[in-house]
Amino acid sequence: MVHILPENLSSALASMEMPAKVIAGCTDFYPSLENGHVPDRIVDVSKVGEMVGISKTTPGWRIGGSTTWTEIIDHPLPAAFDGLKAAGREVGSIQIQNSGTIAGNICNASPAADGIPPLLTLDAMVEVQSANSTRLLNLEDFVVGPREIDLGANELVTAIWVPEARNNTVGSFLKLGRRKYLVISIAMVAVTLSISPRGLIEFLNIAVGSCSPVARRMPVLEKKLTGLGARDLLDDIPVGVEDLTGLAPITDIRGTSEYRQSAVRELCQSAIRDAIGKGLEIT
Amino acid sequence: MSNQNEYYSGVDLGFTLNTSEVFVTNVQPAERLSESLRERLLVRDIKVGCNAGDCGACSVIIDGKIVCACLTPTLQVEGKSILTAQGIVNDTELGQRLAESFQKHGASQCGICTPGMMVSAYRLLEIENNPTEEMVQDYLGGVLCRCTGYQKIIDGVLGVNGNDPEIGTQPLGFPTMGESARHLDGNDKVTGLMKYGDDVAPPYTLMVKVIRSPYNRAAFHFGDLDGFVEANPEVEAILTHDDIPGNNHFGIFPGFIDQPVFAVDEARFKGEAVAAIVGFPEFVNFFAVEDFPITWTELPSVLDMEDAEEEGTHQVLPGRGRNILCGGFVKRGDYQEGLQNSEFVGECEFTTSFVEHAYIETEAGYSFMDGDQLVIQACTQSTFMDRESLQEILNLDQSKIRMVPTAVGGAFGSKLDLSVQPYLALATLKTGQPARLSYTRRESFLSTTKRHPAKLAIKVGVNGKGLIQGMHFRGKFNTGAFSSWGPAVVNRVPIHATGPYFVPNYMAETKAILTNSTPSGAFRGFGVPQATAALETLLDDLALKIGMDPLEFRIKNALDDGLPNGCGQIFENGVGIKPCLEALRPYWEEEKKRVREFNAEHKNHHLVRGVGVASGWYGCGNTALSNPSTVKAGIKSDGTVFLHQGAIDIGQGSNTVIPQIFGEALGMEKVPFELIYADTDLTPDAGKTSGSRQTFVSGNAARLCGMTLKRQITRQLNVSEDSNLKIEGTIVSAAEEPNESTLNLADLPSDNEGFVFKAMETYDPPTITLDENGQGKPYAQYGYTSHLAVVEVDQKLGKVKVVRIVAAHDVGKAINPMLIEGQVHGGVIQGLGMALMEEFIPGKTDNLHDYLIPTIGDIPEINTIIVEVPDPSGPFGAKGLGEHALIPTPSAILNGIFHATGAQIKKLPASPDRVLKALRGSENDL
Repeated sequence: MVHILPENLSSALASMEMPAKVIAGCTDFYPSLENGHVPDRIVDVSKVGEMVGISKTTPGWRIGGSTTWTEIIDHPLPAAFDGLKAAGREVGSIQIQNSGTIAGNICNASPAADGIPPLLTLDAMVEVQSANSTRLLNLEDFVVGPREIDLGANELVTAIWVPEARNNTVGSFLKLGRRKYLVISIAMVAVTLSISPRGLIEFLNIAVGSCSPVARRMPVLEKKLTGLGARDLLDDIPVGVEDLTGLAPITDIRGTSEYRQSAVRELCQSAIRDAIGKGLEIT
Repeated sequence: MSNQNEYYSGVDLGFTLNTSEVFVTNVQPAERLSESLRERLLVRDIKVGCNAGDCGACSVIIDGKIVCACLTPTLQVEGKSILTAQGIVNDTELGQRLAESFQKHGASQCGICTPGMMVSAYRLLEIENNPTEEMVQDYLGGVLCRCTGYQKIIDGVLGVNGNDPEIGTQPLGFPTMGESARHLDGNDKVTGLMKYGDDVAPPYTLMVKVIRSPYNRAAFHFGDLDGFVEANPEVEAILTHDDIPGNNHFGIFPGFIDQPVFAVDEARFKGEAVAAIVGFPEFVNFFAVEDFPITWTELPSVLDMEDAEEEGTHQVLPGRGRNILCGGFVKRGDYQEGLQNSEFVGECEFTTSFVEHAYIETEAGYSFMDGDQLVIQACTQSTFMDRESLQEILNLDQSKIRMVPTAVGGAFGSKLDLSVQPYLALATLKTGQPARLSYTRRESFLSTTKRHPAKLAIKVGVNGKGLIQGMHFRGKFNTGAFSSWGPAVVNRVPIHATGPYFVPNYMAETKAILTNSTPSGAFRGFGVPQATAALETLLDDLALKIGMDPLEFRIKNALDDGLPNGCGQIFENGVGIKPCLEALRPYWEEEKKRVREFNAEHKNHHLVRGVGVASGWYGCGNTALSNPSTVKAGIKSDGTVFLHQGAIDIGQGSNTVIPQIFGEALGMEKVPFELIYADTDLTPDAGKTSGSRQTFVSGNAARLCGMTLKRQITRQLNVSEDSNLKIEGTIVSAAEEPNESTLNLADLPSDNEGFVFKAMETYDPPTITLDENGQGKPYAQYGYTSHLAVVEVDQKLGKVKVVRIVAAHDVGKAINPMLIEGQVHGGVIQGLGMALMEEFIPGKTDNLHDYLIPTIGDIPEINTIIVEVPDPSGPFGAKGLGEHALIPTPSAILNGIFHATGAQIKKLPASPDRVLKALRGSENDL
């Protein structure tokens, strides 16, 4: 058994030449170990310099894969990231936010991963590297199913890219759970939107988690609300079941399918209302 | 470490631990920091409650960040700085103030979560000297506590800069009656020194791993066990039923000793033990159970009570036809006539779920041979019951077994049953070596007892004046695969199902049903909280029907001195339910008004509030069975009093309250004393910590013991028995007349234990066996309570937030008000969990992220009202309290939801989906 702890990207990628279990914050890794063997080969990317931290470049924001939720919450970011930060604050507890990483959250690919809905609303892309290639793919294309991702055995998720959003974009996030702190969601909704100087919704991205095998955007609803008056929407946000395409909520220990179907509409309305409220403040 | 050396398999590395530079060698891949700290460096203030980041007990600060040590690879911390609870208390002024404030405020009960709480609070206070309550919640939200209900922890953090002299006192000598003294055993809890079940074994002790059934029911046969031992040199022994010298079965009641230590041929629930491996830690820790030589054949199983009772269903246990284990029955008057004479009759069916105790310390212990005596140190609620069971299993004389309890990291009933004890004993007896066993969180979920799921049907009739005329109650309780405390539950419930009300015509029938589920056993209230929920929700329905105020309706029907309860038992004094209900009246009127105002302000809004009330009562001690406690004390020639106090302290505070009672009886001011805690070789049997009996029963034994000791001294002094005594050095005198007569203890002869005076007294509460109609005197004492709950319901999402609980408790005499509040807070929050979120589903919710208990963010404001209606048989009038604190809470919350929305929830927990379904009516199936 080996536990490899590379400190730079080239060593990390080199160490992926042989099959390995990749770990960083370990908040999903250890709980999955209880009844099994420790993997023979572990590559620990928590200290890879190029994979830690947040930077702004011309095409957008780069969040290193091993960046923790706390680092995201504490980093000054535009209001478009408010939903992502809110999601970060709802990840487990301070303990989990201090350890858990953004790439880990995505790669674990739980239907209830807190980070995925807000990243979907930010049109996030995933930077995937191996020793001899680099790919950049949409988050939708990276997470292909529950616990299923498009990642080769020799590849690492090295960063998340978020394109520069319109100037006055705001974000919101709502998570529904049975208790406060340390809770896996029954359903969650993330929104980004911007409001034009004339008070119209310029664009609206909305994503729903925990109600389908993979969190997904709601294009029908997005289209329906785009161009409408933001203030009018505050009185009544028309969200119908038919607008929430592609959801397939299941019945599990956290809630019934029917309950999720009903709750997610309410959450969508509340999350949109929150975002509009913020948007109107800055418009 | 450097870039050239990136491949690690058994690495040596260093880091700063508190103020010391430490070095660990041969660290393994993925080795957890919690393991390195606990086993390599013996830093045992890191508590492992879940190994999954769900409980936060192992929290440490690494370079300024709070993390779970169980989720941190040791390899990641090279060169970093790690702070633990012990370190912050030993090395920092802030840590010391925090430790003092925690003790002053009663922030630590069992203490298992305390290091995690302290570490989190310390980090917060480093950043923010004067945090808000919300900040405290955010920072401590990652640490679960099952005892305190969190409020006193928040008070402990917020109080770090203050100093309230009235609470958490630290007296010289015994604390006085009514004094809010801090836990006398609390210092080691805040410093991280307290040793729990898994903290006593030295590193590298042989470990025991129990092999368990992966099926609800299965036949099995072993492969080549000898070959397995030979092939694995790290394995010292395999244990199966063949290794048991005595009876392979354990249990609680004669006739119900039916749970095997190791199953023979057939396993009857998922998680039942069939064998165990004893081996070296490096093997046992990584052993995959699939590699054990055993072949399973899954058999048809039954999990549902209705199916279990069907003709043709297999018998879970031989000799229990239709899978009915036993029943309970109480009948008084003619309930049918009572219902016929009623103007209004209400009925309901009510269902509850399995509830897990979810203490943060899983079952753990350590065993070794001391000469020819087997010593077992484990977390338990009853050392003497443990020893009795082990005598039978091991076929050993009791003198050959010594049980020494470790600190108990929460228990609530489940640590009354044997868990690790027989496996440790067998491992040590077979190998001759010390052995260690600590259940994983999953093992604890799968194999230890739960609260009984219940299916209840109740019918109540009232006349035009609002007086209850008759009641009929039927209850079925899923007792799982073995008896455990099932018989206790079905006997207790019919006695208590009337609630603390006068019911002239009554009949109650209960049954315990066997299924292939985890055994149900004892859990705070023994079935009474379930029955209470059925009755109390129905009472609100009836109050509405007859147009009476729910509180006044209850006051009108409240039991009273001189009125018979369902068992025909009449108390001339001490029935305290009416004063509890009346104490709530001003709060009730105020909250009804506030709720009306809130709802008027939020008209057409999705948030709506309501206020509910419910009552409870509970008989203290065993049901119509002898349950004596014995307490011993003596005074030595140097003037020190030794109190042998064997009532197990599971965090509730018997190590404080029993000395407080004893000290009051002894009447000797500021006497230096030492507590000799439970140990079957040193301290007499104070019975089990169960049935809310320790303050009442062991308290009485302590009072008698103190009185006897005092009498011996006053006789020698030739002063009145009522005189207070005074001690100065070794000179004892009567406090009021110090010069009249003195004794110099140093001049008096002492016995073989070194005592100059010695006393030992026993108290057994007087009860009368119930007849065939359940008539008699099942308990010598009852405690009474009423809770009021203000709730806020989100009508869109079905979420319920409890805003406030006002809890009135008749405790007879408040021996330690701060500890009473602690019990009430903890009970209320467990009740809140039972009401809203807790549901153990066998095979599905076997960890602390799928099974949810309340966090620090879920708690309401709690006001405790202490009512004192002295009980003639209680020590100085005191009554039991531990279980009472939970009994009415779920019902009060459900009644609050009913008041807010008109929706009646008839299944616990009232999860958001169930609430929304109830809000929308049955045709809209959610």
